[in-house]
Amino acid sequence: MTDRSNAAVLVLPQAGTVGARKILPMLLWVAALAIPTFAPGYTPLASQIVVMILFALSLDLLVGFTGIVTLGHAALFGAGAYTAGIMALRLTNDPLITALSGMAVAALVGLVTGSCMLRTKGLAFLVLSLAAAFMLHELANMATSVTGGDDGLQGVSFAPLLGVFEFDFRGQTAFYYSLACLFAAFLLVRRVVNSPFGWSLRGIRENDGRMRAIGCPIYRRRLAAYVISSALAGLAGALQAQITQFVALRSLSLELSGDVLIMLILGGAGRLYGAFVGVPLFMFAQDLLAKEDPANWYLGQGVILLVMTLFVPGGVLGLVERVRRSLGRGGRR
Amino acid sequence: MTAVVTILFFGVAYGMILYLISVGLSVTMGLMGFVNLAHGVFAMLGGYAAVTLMNQLGLSLFAALPLACAMVTVVGFVLERTLYSRLYGRSELDQVLFSMGLILISMALVRVVWGPLAQPVQLPDYLKGQSVVGGIELPTYRFVLVAFGTAVIVALWVIFERTLFGARIRAAVDNRGMAQAIGIDTGRLFAVTFGLGTGLAALGGALGADVLAIAPNYPLHYIVYFMVVVAVGGLGSIRGPFIAALSIGLADTACKYLLPEMGSVFIFAFVFALLLWRPNGITGKR
Amino acid sequence: MSGSAPILETRGLTRFFGPVRVTGDVDFTLHPGERRAIIGPNGAGKTTFVNLLSGRLAPSSGQVFLGGENVTAMSEARRIKLGLGRTFQITSLFPNLSVRKNVFLAVAEHEGVAWNLFRSAASHRRQFDRVDELLDRVGLSDVAEVPAQDLPYGRQRLLEIAVTLALRPRVLLLDEPAAGIPTSESHIILSILDTLPKDIAVLLIDHDMDLVFRFAQRITVLVQGSVMVEGTPAEIAANERVRKIYLGESDHAAA
Repeated sequence: MTDRSNAAVLVLPQAGTVGARKILPMLLWVAALAIPTFAPGYTPLASQIVVMILFALSLDLLVGFTGIVTLGHAALFGAGAYTAGIMALRLTNDPLITALSGMAVAALVGLVTGSCMLRTKGLAFLVLSLAAAFMLHELANMATSVTGGDDGLQGVSFAPLLGVFEFDFRGQTAFYYSLACLFAAFLLVRRVVNSPFGWSLRGIRENDGRMRAIGCPIYRRRLAAYVISSALAGLAGALQAQITQFVALRSLSLELSGDVLIMLILGGAGRLYGAFVGVPLFMFAQDLLAKEDPANWYLGQGVILLVMTLFVPGGVLGLVERVRRSLGRGGRR
Repeated sequence: MTAVVTILFFGVAYGMILYLISVGLSVTMGLMGFVNLAHGVFAMLGGYAAVTLMNQLGLSLFAALPLACAMVTVVGFVLERTLYSRLYGRSELDQVLFSMGLILISMALVRVVWGPLAQPVQLPDYLKGQSVVGGIELPTYRFVLVAFGTAVIVALWVIFERTLFGARIRAAVDNRGMAQAIGIDTGRLFAVTFGLGTGLAALGGALGADVLAIAPNYPLHYIVYFMVVVAVGGLGSIRGPFIAALSIGLADTACKYLLPEMGSVFIFAFVFALLLWRPNGITGKR
Repeated sequence: MSGSAPILETRGLTRFFGPVRVTGDVDFTLHPGERRAIIGPNGAGKTTFVNLLSGRLAPSSGQVFLGGENVTAMSEARRIKLGLGRTFQITSLFPNLSVRKNVFLAVAEHEGVAWNLFRSAASHRRQFDRVDELLDRVGLSDVAEVPAQDLPYGRQRLLEIAVTLALRPRVLLLDEPAAGIPTSESHIILSILDTLPKDIAVLLIDHDMDLVFRFAQRITVLVQGSVMVEGTPAEIAANERVRKIYLGESDHAAA
């Protein structure tokens, strides 16, 4: 698959912009830390955004870096969310243990479904990803005694983090906790995509036939990416359960799989920071448009998708890149 | 016995609707290699058009169906020329995103025009109620549905197998480059085929309005079924999806009747296994 | 040829596509360090033969031996690990990745570092030294950071060879390396082939007769999927049947 939308990121940045590229993200991380202090009213929303960024980042590893287009990524988010929620009600409500379990279960679900699905590609893979998520959704819907069915898992509460920090009603603990998780996940993903393994994923995205011909075990490589992505999606799901004290059936739905894909594309897939740009934009647009009539929001998302695919491949970050490049070219002449 | 007949009857009716809606998708995907998730939109539009023509304008069912079909064919043709054709040859991701966008836009527009609730079909009196066949009560309208559906399917197969137009489509599915080389205008062929495929979907949507409820979430709600029929049936085929649609219609009906608790999980587990065994569907190459 | 054991050998290699026999009962041997070419008219089944050797296609019957080992049932990937490298008739690269990254991917796979998840690729100095050495050999050092798709076509073919050489093949299958390159420039390919280590066996498939006759020590003529004749360039050039079938065909094609 050739994908010109991802072309830009693979070219080395021009000298002189490297500084800005490093400093700006650092500033953003620091600014995020200050949200509970300076905008306490927005802390719960900010936590939501952080969790979704983590979810979208996990998807970026598949869609952006490996070229695996899935319509069922919510299955892994939901697996993590339900694991954390069910464990809290029945076994232990320690946040770290349940979060790690959520990751582990999601990774396992990813390993099992992925080891089947990744044997196919194209339409078959798309339909399998749909069908796998659909099955999990139906199972959760039916097993009411365990999952609460359509009503979701309610009244899930968690013990203080590390035995010290209570999940307070203003959501400060929840925010710092999820931000810390996101930061750790980001460092991990950045490591991975810059490793020889990560490069080989790009190779598979660009030309899987050629990768096979240089001796790359494509199936296992893609499966490894799928499992890593699943674990991170599961972590996002577990965090969602912990900070909202609720697990909705929606966390396994096609709608969520679609939403997270749109968020990622809006920011720009295969760029590492695409999720960080796309998710807030998506959530603000949703807040703005869905208030009066859900139809407005559907229309908004639809228009975003059409504009993105027809005119702005590469998302907002791709657009920024292109504008800056044409400015740079103009400036040099 | 009654249960078997009922399941068979409802299952076949359901399968026919699925087939009418999905066959166009199978052919256009085989022809253009375009991953069009938005095919259900055209079925929904057909449903809305027919319901409106009947309920608001008082047209009879048999006038409303072809009219709805024709209207959506035009919409499909125009969309193919203006939008879809721009994305041929683009990545699978772009095509998925684009068609997701079309789904969302259509859902919004339909909601604005017809409201969020499902549209009831008001059938004429002689089609309401039940007919008794061999001591078993079955809804009269479904008989009409099955008869009408059979007629359309037969016509479709004759067109596909016996006419020059059908031969052109088959040639282009097999080998697009060759088809172009022997002078087939593939651009026009794509547009016409796409239009007809959407028209068939509209017919299926309209005819099956009491099977698959006409509501704004239609294209999203049933997308799994349409995609499964095409994936299992095999791309570019018109027989494969027929077998797939009937099987899924029957299996789904049987599951809901015999195991209402388990819903559709069995079917999807089966589809999952089948696609692993034959990723290109039952008619596709292994 | 020399008395050494063949590095690559086929016995009764046959492949059908439906009822059509595209490769028929081919017995073929290639010795270490040999420079061999396969020629044949269009549709003679040359690319199919290469695909059977490389493992992209499975034969209908017959066997393939690599270094004396029966590899008939082995995947493409396994054969590559055993030293069978190939280039493609149609350029097959990673278009958006830089020239250096293209070669690095192959080096990383070959040297077993491609599963490294947590060490940055850039810090793999030893592998990059090898990348730079390969780029130097094919004369692409000046464009190391350019995306592969921005190279002119001829240089993409050179990159293709560099990627394949990165796998340290014992046998190199070159499927029309000069395809799409003006005849006037095919000498570049030839000069690179000349710099290859002497112990690599090279099997070349090309239409460019000039290239083939200057490069090969022996030539195998494939017609309708079967070996018609095999011999030195001089023998092949003098062979009546080859002149009639093959060269006549190419005159026809050129006309």
